[in-house]
Amino acid sequence: MGKGERPEHMAPPDIFYNEDEARKYTTNSRMINIQSTLTERALELLALPQDGLPRLLLDLGCGSGLSGEALSEAGQVWVGLDISAAMLDVAHEREVEGDLVLGDLGHGLPLRPGSFDGAISISAVQWLCNADRAGHDPRKRMKRFFETLYMSLRRGARAVLQIYPENHKQAEMLVAAAMKVGFSGGLVVDYPHSTRAKKYFLVLMVGTSISVPTAKGLDGGEPEDEEEEAAAEHVQVAGRDRNKRRRTGSGKGDGKGREWVLRKKEQMRKKGYDIAPDSKYTARKRKRVV
Amino acid sequence: MKLLTHNMLSCHIKNVRNGYPFLIEVVKVSEHEADFDPDFLKHIFPRINWPAFLQGAQSLGCREGLPEEAAESMLEDEGFLKRFHHALLEVFLEEGSLVCPETGRKFPVTKGIPNMLLNEDEC
Repeated sequence: MGKGERPEHMAPPDIFYNEDEARKYTTNSRMINIQSTLTERALELLALPQDGLPRLLLDLGCGSGLSGEALSEAGQVWVGLDISAAMLDVAHEREVEGDLVLGDLGHGLPLRPGSFDGAISISAVQWLCNADRAGHDPRKRMKRFFETLYMSLRRGARAVLQIYPENHKQAEMLVAAAMKVGFSGGLVVDYPHSTRAKKYFLVLMVGTSISVPTAKGLDGGEPEDEEEEAAAEHVQVAGRDRNKRRRTGSGKGDGKGREWVLRKKEQMRKKGYDIAPDSKYTARKRKRVV
Repeated sequence: MKLLTHNMLSCHIKNVRNGYPFLIEVVKVSEHEADFDPDFLKHIFPRINWPAFLQGAQSLGCREGLPEEAAESMLEDEGFLKRFHHALLEVFLEEGSLVCPETGRKFPVTKGIPNMLLNEDEC
């Protein structure tokens, strides 16, 4: 995949991640490296209690099980879900420790309520922003995904979803969809001023609202840093912003004004239409009848 | 697929109310040894739906020695823990299917991986 090409634009995930692509995820050391670094960071953000107890975690978009291996190494028990049968086959061949399930995140998670201690996802959830088939509605699919994810987690559990949003709007859309179903939390942007190292983590919490963890690589002090931080900040409060807009939006509309009305009336008179004479009531606002 | 996963899975077809637990149709079962970890077993025990677990164990043929009712106090018994561990984590459904108890829809299991993909009219 060259620079600037996004896999989301090439084919749906169950087609894109075929045998060839799946093979890359086990032979390409760079890819393996990136996946395990991201998983470790996700685990850090998951902030599980440090009591040495193994937890039951969910790996969404587990693919060939690279992230799962990092979870096993950290001593956790996991169940992985992915839409690509080819990727899961590779995971099966590699004899990963977690159980694997073939499924589409957009269909919702086939899990019973309150069953998991946490969830991670590495580079998968942005696929939900695409409509790959006729009848796919990204908003509906996102809603279904976040609803079922919220349900399947225990109270106080977290979900850390690392995403590659195409643009700011996508990130905001995902955050908004998550907040709507009851999650608290927000977006953590690691290394915000680096194009290459920049990573987005959607940190979601069920129930108790703890402050969003701080991102890495925020130090610097160049003006562009502040801009990025402000941008990250903006995404975190997306819900509140939306409400504000709604409240102010319903005020006075920008009407055309008395002058404009008089001019229009004159025009229509010239065309020969029967127009009411101008008076002090012309273009006046109607009184509100309650 | 382990019984641990079976215990957490529930049918997600739209408008299905009683999609839990899945009935298991068995074609092939296998056993792999797993690390015995009493801490994890104790941690997960309160979350296991025992009737569903027994039903799954019955289908996979590892029901033997598991009590009809389970209580927190049994976790002190090493023998019980061993049997619980075996049925929960060491017995695998390799080939077969999961059947939704409400609609009868079958989700095939191949190579130990249940296929939970829905048709467009089901979601």
